[in-house]
Amino acid sequence: MNAVVSESNDWLEVGKIEDIPKLGSRVVKRTEGDIAIFRNSDNEVFALLNRCPHRGGPLAEGIVYGKTVTCPMHNWCLGLHNGEAVAPDEGCTPTYPIKIEGEKVFLSLQQQNDCEAETE
Amino acid sequence: MKEKLVLIGNGMAGMRTLEELLKLEPDMYEITVFGAEPYPNYNRILLSPVLAGEKTIDDIILNSREWYSDNNIELHTGSAVCEINRVKHTVKTEAGDEFKYDRLLIATGSNPFIIPVPGHDLDGVIGFRDIADVDAMIQSSKDHKKAIVIGGGLLGLEAANGLMIQGMDVTVVHLLDSLMERQLDAPASDLLKTSLIEKGLNFLMEAQTTEIIGDQRVEKVKFADGSELDADLVVMAVGILPNIELAKKAGLHCERGLVVSDTMQSFDPRIYAVGECVQHRGNTYGLVAPLFEQAKVCANHLATLGYGRYEGSVTSTKLKVTGIDLFSAGNFSGDEDTEDIIFQDPKAGIYKRLVLRDNKLEGAVLYGDTVDGAWFFQLMREATDISDIRQQLLFGQAHLGNSGHGGGNVAMAMSDNAQVCDCNGITKGEIVVAITSKGLFTLDDVKAHTKAAASCGSCAGLVEQLLESTLGGDYTTPECKPVCKCTDFTHDQVRAAIRDHKLTSMQMVFDYMEWRNPDGCHVCRPALNYYLISSWPEDAVDDPQSRFINERAHGNIQKDGTFSVIPRIWGGKTTPDELRAIADAAEKFDAGEVHITGGQRINLLGIKKEKLPEMWDFLGDRGLVSGHAYGKALRTVKTCVGSTWCRFGTQDSTQMGIDLERLSWGSWMPHKFKMAVSGCPRNCAEATIKDFGVVAIESGWELHIGGNGGVKVRATDMLCRVTTAEEVEEYAAAFIQVYREEARYLERTAPWLGRVGLSYVKERILDDEAGRKALHKRFLVSQEIAQNDPWKARAKGEYAHEFTPLKSLGV
Ligand code: SRM
Ligand SMILES: Cc1cc2nc3c(=O)[nH]c(=O)nc-3n(C[C@H](O)[C@H](O)[C@H](O)COP(=O)(O)OP(=O)(O)OC[C@H]3O[C@@H](n4cnc5c(N)ncnc54)[C@H](O)[C@@H]3O)c2cc1C
Ligand code: SF4
Ligand code: FES
Repeated sequence: MNAVVSESNDWLEVGKIEDIPKLGSRVVKRTEGDIAIFRNSDNEVFALLNRCPHRGGPLAEGIVYGKTVTCPMHNWCLGLHNGEAVAPDEGCTPTYPIKIEGEKVFLSLQQQNDCEAETE
Repeated sequence: MKEKLVLIGNGMAGMRTLEELLKLEPDMYEITVFGAEPYPNYNRILLSPVLAGEKTIDDIILNSREWYSDNNIELHTGSAVCEINRVKHTVKTEAGDEFKYDRLLIATGSNPFIIPVPGHDLDGVIGFRDIADVDAMIQSSKDHKKAIVIGGGLLGLEAANGLMIQGMDVTVVHLLDSLMERQLDAPASDLLKTSLIEKGLNFLMEAQTTEIIGDQRVEKVKFADGSELDADLVVMAVGILPNIELAKKAGLHCERGLVVSDTMQSFDPRIYAVGECVQHRGNTYGLVAPLFEQAKVCANHLATLGYGRYEGSVTSTKLKVTGIDLFSAGNFSGDEDTEDIIFQDPKAGIYKRLVLRDNKLEGAVLYGDTVDGAWFFQLMREATDISDIRQQLLFGQAHLGNSGHGGGNVAMAMSDNAQVCDCNGITKGEIVVAITSKGLFTLDDVKAHTKAAASCGSCAGLVEQLLESTLGGDYTTPECKPVCKCTDFTHDQVRAAIRDHKLTSMQMVFDYMEWRNPDGCHVCRPALNYYLISSWPEDAVDDPQSRFINERAHGNIQKDGTFSVIPRIWGGKTTPDELRAIADAAEKFDAGEVHITGGQRINLLGIKKEKLPEMWDFLGDRGLVSGHAYGKALRTVKTCVGSTWCRFGTQDSTQMGIDLERLSWGSWMPHKFKMAVSGCPRNCAEATIKDFGVVAIESGWELHIGGNGGVKVRATDMLCRVTTAEEVEEYAAAFIQVYREEARYLERTAPWLGRVGLSYVKERILDDEAGRKALHKRFLVSQEIAQNDPWKARAKGEYAHEFTPLKSLGV
């Protein structure tokens, strides 16, 4: 479902797919910055750094539709699959690989896209 | 195998149609475009500023060649189509190549009308239509001196102005005695002439051109009265003729223009047409706005959606001559059964004329002060009944109350570095550049690209003025704006469908109304959720994932991602126990700041999301509930101390405030809803800027509605006076319920009242007693479901996932 990821990934089990509300999100806490885990209506699961490229808004709190999340702060829209801001806005946020095995959701901390997260 | 769509005419209307089509059906057709001009589609409107040296050709390109290839559109520039074969379904170019079509779109625009007087074909005699004409004019201005512009209309004056700026000595020759007679009445047109003369233009009025003299190039122009004028450049701007030779040759039914139906189809169902070349219901148009409406409809049918209809347009015009401020729309001259409202201040160079027909605005001419042009135009298109605002109408939409943009109201008068949007710090210069360089036409375009007017919106009026002065017209598509990009239906249509067909879930709405995106988007979902739960309180289930975070987490999210907690303080009256509880909570859950709000409550800021349920439990045990400071819901009911303490108090305003808050807390609204009760007309509780305000008087209570502080201050309208407390509650509930049932989502009572009019609300609530009681009852029914404290529920573990992390990695 997500882009192919190298074998060297060490997968972390973060929970069950039901733990994430449809068209919603849950957060994985990290000292290096939280990661937002999204689930869309097709039961696809995505992982993005929980920081909006605009002014660092918490993406996990946004409204989810299709492969997009809208930031709660100033309504930037970001692609869940690629972390890219939807035009005309410009920017990106790091994405992380997700693996689903049965009910279980696994996350890898090796960044997937080549986006350099602005650290405020 | 895809169908082939061929567009003849690489101009503004045709290309707009393709853009609209691609939005609906990105890859339904294999598209080929033929353009006679050697350029990709550019913004013809801006040829005048190019001539005036204010812009370059590159500035005004709308679709770059990359755009065509990115969208797999095959573009043939400098290649005119000379034949349409409707039997073989082919078009032939002048180069002789043939191309097949399954559907054909004709958008060949129009040609300048060249008066066929002797000498009209001499060198130096041109029209003003395309880049080639502009190049020719700029060239002449370099090595010639005298220019004559024939025609004192919009186009002629813009040409004359441009040539003058290019250093030529320009005379405008006009057949009639007043300029721009198709847009202006006599007084406005005189003001215009005076200021153009001041700018340095010469005029020869009531002069009919009979001959253009010269052997190779033009030397003189001769008039009916025998007089002559020297000229080495003659620009003919006497009008345009729909460009329909091609269509005629193909045997398509043409009159003045190529005749089309409301679906923009010609008499040959395979062949569509849009733009200046078409004639619709007897009208041809020479401005972009109506053509863009045609484009939208045509795209709708090319995409085989089949429900769009074009029903003609009202147009507005603005002369794009820097420093001249002029607006004209609709039927501005009026007739025997219209009335005029006129304001005239010749010294200040201001003239305003509004034409009314049975209390609806039908036309407007503004000169010198066009601030309210956009607003008047909107009133016209929405056919708003203006009887309630008739007195103030002429003085416009009193922007006086606006906060932000330093109260500046005349965009034209602002300097380029003046800030227009104070929320996002966008200057006039940035907006104008975006409009031209990015090819923006509507307020929404500007919002999306610059963020101006995208936050509090108080500068929207200014941005619309900038659009008009830059593009010379109003391009915001009329009244019926769709809810969002997921649908073409309006708020009112969606609301009606939900009511009339008992749609009780979001999925039902999506299916029934054929939503384009399966999940909707962040714009429509909160609106739909509101319409569902307000229309069917007992059947529809609230959808948390369709609510903004504030309403999902029942606190206001702060810039750092923490939340604020504002407990309800009934009627602004509190107790030492409540205060103690709040103080304890502030310490226990280490609030970053304790802040007395503008709503007579206390805000505990900087609370971590995970802590919220625990904190709510703590407050709940001490009798405090959610203040809904985060919701499109009943917010605060401010009161003053009233007759209990105040020497002027006439009634117990505090108790009344508490009762009103008990009555209405927890109810979801189209937008936030605020009340206040003052104990006497000194009005210490500021009841007259609230959505529903109550002012106590000796004989009872005075009820006020539709007030608003905030972005745009609006004082309430007085609804009526009542004597008993029961009446106050009944009227309040009834008013809230009409608003809940009929206002559009995110429309506060002030703009809503402005839209429907005070008389309407009076009919519903004062004149119709049975109706009022029914509204009151419906409100109480929905309150039975709505009035449970969301904090309590979540403290008891509801939606726990919302507040707990999925997993914590070593923190
Ligand atoms: C907390 C408070 C400021 C304060 O510290 O006093 C406040 C805070 C916010 N106001 Fe307000 N408003 C507060 C009283 C007001 C008042 C005064 C009043 O209510 O008497 C007004 C003007 C009166 C009015 O609304 O007509 C006011 C007019 C606004 C507006 C402009 C509304 C308008 O129609 O123009 C907005 C923007 C909006 O709602 O779209 C806004 C939006 C906001 C938001 C919700 C912005 C946001 O989305 O985050 C702020 C949330 C901060 C937070 O997390 O608490 N706030 N806001 C006040 C809470 C009152 C309460 O106890 O619930
Ligand atoms: C100087 C100027 C200023 C204006 N100012 C304003 C203004 O302020 N506000 C406003 O609303 N409107 C303004 N207009 C009018 C506006 O530009 C037109 O209404 C609009 O461009 C019409 O769009 P269209 O697609 O119908 O025609 P066009 O934009 O003219 O496009 C038609 C295209 O088809 C091409 N074509 C014609 N025949 C063929 C063929 N046989 N084969 C291939 N290609 C062909 C033409 O070369 C042309 O490029 C202005 C126009 C001009 C010239
Ligand atoms: S609290 Fe209100 S006025 Fe203050 S910054 Fe926030 S929105 Fe603006
Ligand atoms: S922080 Fe995300 S839109 Fe501004």
